[in-house]
Amino acid sequence: MRREDAVQAVSATDLGGSGSAFIRVDGLCKTFAAQDGSVTMAVDSVDLHIGAAEFVSLLGPSGCGKSTLLSLIAGLIEPSGGSVDIGDVRVAAPYTNIGIVFQSDLLLDWRTVLGNVLVQFEMRGQDPRPHAARARALIASVGLAGFESKYPWELSGGMRQRVSLCRALIHDPPLLLMDEPFGALDALTREQLQVDLQRIWQSSRKTVVFVTHSIGEAVFLSDRVVVMTPRPGRIREVLRIDLPRPRAIDVRDTAAFAANVRHINHLFQDMGVIH
Amino acid sequence: MWSAGSFLLIFVAWDLAVRLFEIPPYLLPPPLVVLSAIAEHWGTLGVHTIWTTLTILAGFFAAAAVAIPLAMLIVVSPTLGRLIYPPMVATQAIPKIALAPLFSVWFGFGMMPKVAVAFLIAFFPIVIDTIVGLRNIEPGMIQLARSMGAPPRRVFLRLRLPNALPMIFGGLKVASALAVVGALTGEFVGSDKGLGYVLMQASGNLNTALLFATLVVLSVVAMVFFYAVELVERILIPWHVSQRAHPS
Repeated sequence: MRREDAVQAVSATDLGGSGSAFIRVDGLCKTFAAQDGSVTMAVDSVDLHIGAAEFVSLLGPSGCGKSTLLSLIAGLIEPSGGSVDIGDVRVAAPYTNIGIVFQSDLLLDWRTVLGNVLVQFEMRGQDPRPHAARARALIASVGLAGFESKYPWELSGGMRQRVSLCRALIHDPPLLLMDEPFGALDALTREQLQVDLQRIWQSSRKTVVFVTHSIGEAVFLSDRVVVMTPRPGRIREVLRIDLPRPRAIDVRDTAAFAANVRHINHLFQDMGVIH
Repeated sequence: MWSAGSFLLIFVAWDLAVRLFEIPPYLLPPPLVVLSAIAEHWGTLGVHTIWTTLTILAGFFAAAAVAIPLAMLIVVSPTLGRLIYPPMVATQAIPKIALAPLFSVWFGFGMMPKVAVAFLIAFFPIVIDTIVGLRNIEPGMIQLARSMGAPPRRVFLRLRLPNALPMIFGGLKVASALAVVGALTGEFVGSDKGLGYVLMQASGNLNTALLFATLVVLSVVAMVFFYAVELVERILIPWHVSQRAHPS
């Protein structure tokens, strides 16, 4: 057994939150029927409670259903069983008091940086003009001051993803869902954006559910890491990461960080994900 | 600059070929003879050019006016799409040129049957490209819009439609070239006006110089029309990738 790792593993049955959890996922299942009639189980009986202002990562190999789980929380797809509650609301339709960032930045080519951030209001049928000043401030806060009138094709991948993050934050939602947001970026840009995200999260105190397949990224950013099994996606273990905040880039060199990474690596080895 | 140079090159090669291989002028007149034929026949050529241009424009705009809304309908309502799509494809299976004599029977010998052929031939690429453009949106974008609470109508107008514009213009550009073919085809079948009529006359009289003169005028009309569509594209969708790929 490799369980003497110096980490605090929270057992899968400890849901993590108290009764007052902000997000409550209970017995959630999702099956997909293929054309040939075969049924694939993507998410299998997931129980997970997430507290307000908590940063939780869903970590697992490709195809383990972590993105499906995120879509279920957002109400973008219907569960086959179980339920999702956010605050006092049972999620049964797309949940709109939310900001989402996908791996693809999904910026509109025909709109400027500012226009792409303000699309959040236009899609909601609101007048974006009163929010323009705030949008400019937000754009400046992610280091894009002076780029407000640029078009997406004039920006680098990292800059585009920052704009996408601004679009997800401009309406100040309590909940931010991120689906491998930095997956398409180069390593350096990725580390910078992780630091920036931590700063934004610490100052705004939003609840973040972050999907990734990078162990280091999950440990660096999260309060808790939810390690998922390969298909069908179940929760293998929930890990509390007790590294002090704010975490600097070189926290990765500490023994505590390494211990967490090693522990998760061992979990993946146990599951046969890493040989 | 470059296009002027490339045309000059063609004319020089043409002239050289005629001189070097001693091609008789009734087969291939040298470029200067063709140019003087244009000048000589300008009075009649001008009238016929206007007539054909009007035919092309009428066919093209009618095609765009029907094709784009139809494509929207097909994309918005899958049921309606299943109903409309197969017969629409069937009309394209019939060679449009074969329909020109029928249109003469139906619409007489005026401009109408020529417009009809131009319309039919220009219609299809616009429908197909508009459908592809409207459907070709990243699924994530739709998910994002749903999480913003956007109703389908807003998703269509603010996301799908602008996203489809590059494809729609692709279809319009193909259609602009095809509308010329359609108008000409119509004029070949039965007419007493238009550049197609002049071509038939010149060919009948073995007036190769006038034949080439008409071809040059026709090419100029087709090119001006094509670049006009492209100019509108540049103005409407400056952000489009293909516009950035080769800046003028």
